[in-house]
This record gives sequence, structure tokens and C-alpha cells, in this order.
Amino acid sequence: MPQTIAQKILSRHAGKESVQNGELIFAKVDMVLGTDVTVPLSVEVFRRMGAKKVFDPAKIALVNDHFIPAKDLKAAQLSQIMRQFAQEMDAPHFFEVGRSGICHVLLPDEGLVKPGDLVVGADSHTCTYGALGAFSTGIGSTDMACAWALGELWFRVPSTIKVEVTGKLPKWVGGKDIALYVIGKLGVEGALYKALEFTGDTIRNLPMDGRFTLCNLAIEAGAKTGLVASDDKTAAFMAQFPQLKWDPVFSDPEAAYSEEYTFDVSDLQPQVAKPYLPSNAVPVGDLKGVKVDQVVLGSCTNGHLSDFQLAAEAMRGRKVHPHTRLVVIPSSHKVMLELLDSGLARTFTEAGAVIGPPTCGPCIGGHMGILAQNEVGLYTTNRNFVGRNGHPSSQVYLAGPAVAGATAVAGEISSP
Amino acid sequence: MEGNVFKYGANVDTDVIIPARYCTSFHKEELAPHCLEDLDATFAKRVQPSDIIVAGRNFGCGSSRENAPLAILGAGVGAVVAESFARIFYRNSINVGLPILECPEAAQAAQNGDRLAIDLEKGVIRNLTRGGQYTAVPFPESIRRIMEIGGLEEYVKHRLMTNDK
Repeated sequence: MPQTIAQKILSRHAGKESVQNGELIFAKVDMVLGTDVTVPLSVEVFRRMGAKKVFDPAKIALVNDHFIPAKDLKAAQLSQIMRQFAQEMDAPHFFEVGRSGICHVLLPDEGLVKPGDLVVGADSHTCTYGALGAFSTGIGSTDMACAWALGELWFRVPSTIKVEVTGKLPKWVGGKDIALYVIGKLGVEGALYKALEFTGDTIRNLPMDGRFTLCNLAIEAGAKTGLVASDDKTAAFMAQFPQLKWDPVFSDPEAAYSEEYTFDVSDLQPQVAKPYLPSNAVPVGDLKGVKVDQVVLGSCTNGHLSDFQLAAEAMRGRKVHPHTRLVVIPSSHKVMLELLDSGLARTFTEAGAVIGPPTCGPCIGGHMGILAQNEVGLYTTNRNFVGRNGHPSSQVYLAGPAVAGATAVAGEISSP
Repeated sequence: MEGNVFKYGANVDTDVIIPARYCTSFHKEELAPHCLEDLDATFAKRVQPSDIIVAGRNFGCGSSRENAPLAILGAGVGAVVAESFARIFYRNSINVGLPILECPEAAQAAQNGDRLAIDLEKGVIRNLTRGGQYTAVPFPESIRRIMEIGGLEEYVKHRLMTNDK
């Protein structure tokens, strides 16, 4: 029977020839990701389960990223629980503050995910690794405790929506704009319980960073995962890890999709999603003149070096607007070093930005830049729900790094 | 089970169910006072044991935080009836034992303050205020099996005890 990438990866991990959409399976996982905010509850459940050892210490990743550096005493205790658990389990992939990063940028950069893998993570943006052709999805803390204990977890096999993206992207337009545009078309539940498979010449030409951004946002359409089939760009990325053996997985040409869409992006303007849903996408030109108090540049969605380069280019040597704050968050220790080596750390600092440590902080309204009552933000992050980034009356617009850079210097939503 | 309806719209996300600023705790008693506070500041004060949240489509979208169904459980809510549920929230609710019922007709008909009677076993929802009776979308058989054992935690416990890895 012809199968999609999603069906092939799930069937291989369930030890089956093939799987049907809607079928409930138990499948073996290759990597289980947890963070300081989700691990402590899992540890409690894991102990209640009577489990003593994780199925394979090398297949769990424990990442300090959400509330770090510890924002308060309770956050410090969460990290402490994870730190002690890592020691107890002798888990090699524990990432300490200062040697860590936002999990979804960190794991691929550490060679912990490869094409064809089945990855689960107690963080909804775990779908990011679909950019490498892995089936990768978000779970809860009890799920994670189960995966730690058994090395497997239950999945309902999703049908796949094929999204073909075609056309040469205009200057300043990238993975974030494609994602916001597609979510705008599909809606925030348009892909509920389903996988999104991105194909087409635009995707083939999209660099890996852009693919990570695109798949990262699959959850914002409700999807279980976003997927891009492996190609030469995937292979070039994986060449960093010559010790890893992997086989690309492709959908069969006759595989059945539940829906198929084609979007031509050759005239796409940079997209901005208005409050309070990521699906409220409009062209940046529609929002000209909206005053912005704070711009946040970074996150697991747009936290790679190329994102910071694009934002700096859009700033064109100008200073951050006097009424606006620019918070720059490199997504990992490695990206921080890249900002230093490239001179961008100086560029942003001289422009009047503040550079924070790698953390999810402002994206989840945790710390490192919370919005006050009625404040307006423009963020390169992934969600703009009520109260997510600060006071419930604050408003966040989502955009890519080019619009973020242009907005930071103009003090209002601006096109680069 | 019987309770009063607290009705909300579509896309009630886990950030409004329990904002991240409170997710330094994962104990339901500590989360409960802040449940839904950015959407309905008085919810946690007004809700009574076994009251029912009724909402539109895509309830529980967003973050994977299991703190969300825990906060709702902690608040004493007896069940959530919605037109549809986001998938991680759906998993988490099953895993922590929060009764969820997918039933567009019941969700659309019910209004704030209505009294509902729910038979969780049968998935039947009766609106005592307006008189309608509805049946929720049944859980897939294999999910029912996990629920019958007492949830995923009990399932894993059982497998570890029987050494069935």
C-alpha cells in the first residue's frame, strides 16, 4: 500500500509493514525531549509508575531553556529537579545553563535528531524537527514519563495534508512568512490531528533554517507534525554528524493525502499575524503605522544566525527607535558565539538593543521582557494569545526577522 | 454528574487556561486559583465542584503544558464539553483523568449558567435548563482500553510490574 512519510516512519517504529490513518499504535521512540518546565512533573509521574531507569539514557534530552537563568526560586527548583534526575539516570544529553539553548534549535545542532526518526517532546513545538524529515511531535508530561519508562508511546496515525509551495520568494520573505500565510489560509485548527507535508520548488530552495521555522509553526495550524522530505540540503546539514547513519524517507507517489493545497508565493509580502491568533495573517503593508513598544527577536521559531543577519540588514545601521525596546535572544550558546564572531552582537548593542541569554523567557511571558498593560509587541516568536507575553491587555503581532528589524528602528510596524 | 455551565468561545488556549507565569508549579491545588484568569478573572472564585466548562472548537490549543488540565481539575471542574479539542490537550486530559466530551451540538446549545447532567460512561449530556439530550463523539476503542486500566500511568505501572517491556 502506498504510504506517506508520516505513515512510513510510524509503521517502522511500530514494527509493522504499514499503518492506516486513525489506527492507534504503540511505537518505539528515538528521542524523548523534556525541559525545565515539563520534566519535574514527569519525574513525579515516573516515580509513581514505579519506574527506576529510563529505557535508554542516551535517548532522552533534558534541556534548561524555559525559565532559565532561573527567574525565581520556584524556577530554580524546577531546574534542580531536572539536574538531579539527569545525574540519577546518568543521562548524557542534559544541557546546563550556559551550555544550553532553546531545545528546538539545540537538538538538531547537537546531532540528536536525524531523518526518519520518531521524536517526542514535552513541548508543543517539537514538530520543528520535521524539517529534517523526522516524525516529531509534542506530548505532555505523563506521556513523557511513559516514553522514559517503556521507550514507546501510543500514537494515532494521522492523515497528511500536502501543502505545495511554489514560486521564487521575494527579498525579505522567508520561512516565517510562508508559515503565517499558510496558517492564515488553513486556520488554527485546519490541520488538527493531521500531519502537514510541505513540498514544491519553494521548499526545495528554502534553506534549512527556513524549514525549521516552517515546521516549528505546524502546531499553530493544529498539526501533529510538519514534514519536509529529505534532500541535498538535509544531507548537507546532516554532514555535520558523519557518525550518524540515516536513510531518507519519502512519501510514495501514489500515497493518499486527506487534502492538497498549492500556494504561489512569488508575490508574497512579508506577513504579520495580528493579535490574538497566529492565523490572523495579513501583509505587513496593511498594518503600517501601528506603534510598537517592544520588539523581540529570537525564539525557537526565528533564532538562527540567518534570522539575526536578516534583522540587522533590515535595520540598515539605524538605531532602535527612542520609544521602542529591542530584545535580542540568541537561541543557543552556539548562536550566541555566532553573534559575537559575526559582529552582530556589537551591531545590535550599538543600535540600542539588549541581548539576553538563550531562553524561552519573553516568548512564554516567563521573564526577560514582559509586556505591561496595553503595551504592543512585535515578536518573531510563535504565539500571540491573550496574556501569553505579559498583561492580558497587551497585544503581540507575529512576524519574521526582516519586519522585526524594520519595526524596531521605525517604532511602528514597518516593511523592510 | 451535574453542574452549572461556564461557557467560552473557540480556541481557548492553554496560555489562558493557566498562564506560564504560574507554571513554576505543577500541583493542581496551586494552579487552580489562577485557572482561566486571563480570560475570566472571576472563574476560579465562582466555580463550584462538578461545574462544567463548555467551549467552542479547538479547546486547549497551544502549549503542551499538562498544567492546563491539572488546573481545571484542581478548580473542581467535573468535565469539559467542547466542539473539538486540540490534540496535546486531548492526550493530557486522558492521561490526568479530566473528563472531556467532544459534542458540537451540546456545546453550541448550552449557555452560561445552564445546568447539565452528564453520564460519563455513556457520553450522554442532558441540558436540564433547555431540555436537549446529546451524545458525545465516543473515544476510539484503543483509547478506551487505556482509560479502562485507569489511564496511562496505571498502564505503564502494570507493564513494568509484569515485566512486559
